[in-house]
Amino acid sequence: MSEITADMIREWLKEVKDPEIPVLSLIDLGVIRDIALEGGEVTIEMTPTFVGCPALETMKEEIHKTLREKGLEKIHIDVNFRKPWTSDLISDSGRRALKSFGLAPPPPNHLFMDLDVLEYAVCPRCGNTNTELRNTFGPTLCRSIHYCNDCKEAFEQFKPL
Amino acid sequence: MHESAIKELLYKIADDQLILGHRNSEWTGLGPLLEEDIAFSSMAQDKIGQSNALYSILEQLGEPAPDAVAFMRSASRFHNCIFVELPNGEYDFSLIRHFLYDTAIAIRFEMLTSSSFQKIAELSAKIRGELKYHTLHANTWIRQLGSATPESVRRLQTSLDYALPYALGMFEPSPFEAELIEKGLFAGETALQRQWQKKVEDVLSQTQLVLPDWTEVQPVTGGRYGKHSEHLQALLDEMSEVFRIDPSAEW
Repeated sequence: MSEITADMIREWLKEVKDPEIPVLSLIDLGVIRDIALEGGEVTIEMTPTFVGCPALETMKEEIHKTLREKGLEKIHIDVNFRKPWTSDLISDSGRRALKSFGLAPPPPNHLFMDLDVLEYAVCPRCGNTNTELRNTFGPTLCRSIHYCNDCKEAFEQFKPL
Repeated sequence: MHESAIKELLYKIADDQLILGHRNSEWTGLGPLLEEDIAFSSMAQDKIGQSNALYSILEQLGEPAPDAVAFMRSASRFHNCIFVELPNGEYDFSLIRHFLYDTAIAIRFEMLTSSSFQKIAELSAKIRGELKYHTLHANTWIRQLGSATPESVRRLQTSLDYALPYALGMFEPSPFEAELIEKGLFAGETALQRQWQKKVEDVLSQTQLVLPDWTEVQPVTGGRYGKHSEHLQALLDEMSEVFRIDPSAEW
């Protein structure tokens, strides 16, 4: 068997999805901050999207399971806030996946100074901004609820953070 | 390492977040609007998650595990201010408390991003972003209902007058105040209160609600030293009811 590299692990972790948004891998979500290999041991630095994210434990279990299946035995997952998550860390492919899932991708984090940026979210169906903010809190901590006046339907946006 | 001072600081913030988080969760299924039901439930989840992260830092400093700390202590060992343990009452009181409390906790974490204790500085930078949604929510509703109808203004004003003495209890000085300030761990309750008053005045000036002269408000203190109202033990009994059936159970 050839030497396992951090790049290979990164590739494998694309199979692990966010349990709350199953089209988004942990890599695309941006919660894997570092992968370090030393003498057959892998240490994965990870940071949650929201401090109270209830999916964190499931994500950790899935990482363990996936990497064990690839033959890795010594896996450490270090959850910390040294390099905190922001919604800007979602990759371009992640943003496309969110959109096709029907969830509006988050606007750039630096724009989120007041309600206005949340007020006129881009509808993931028609692409227009003739929308209204209905609730800054949604079905999960990371989503807000909006309404599109053109489609006459509600949609959710991944919150900028 | 100024361990006692750091621990006291972490405990009081974590306890505030846990107890108000629990109070917020009592709105689940009962909110006056579905949106408010979801909002208070989400804020509960955030706050309890944030308290868990703070208890985890305490665990690294040698304190018991977060679950034990949250569920096994009696009321006199909690450091939360009395304000957060008061029953939810009507929605007007819950909203006023949400506004007064979250304005303060948002500033507190903002100040803590420059703490000399690195772990709390890192965590605060993260929590600061999350709390933006809480203050946004509070400010939006206070602005709307604070100048909507005579009834909404009257009810919020009554709740505001009732809440203010308790709210000032949030800033009860720590026994380690001087040490915290001198070592750059936290800039202190006085500095926090000053910024808080300014922010509260700013938002309320956009409504018909009236603030009294601050010097005439008598703070209700004691919570930071474990002296609580009768409401805390009742809350803790309910919150830990399931946990205490079998503390060693794996969930």
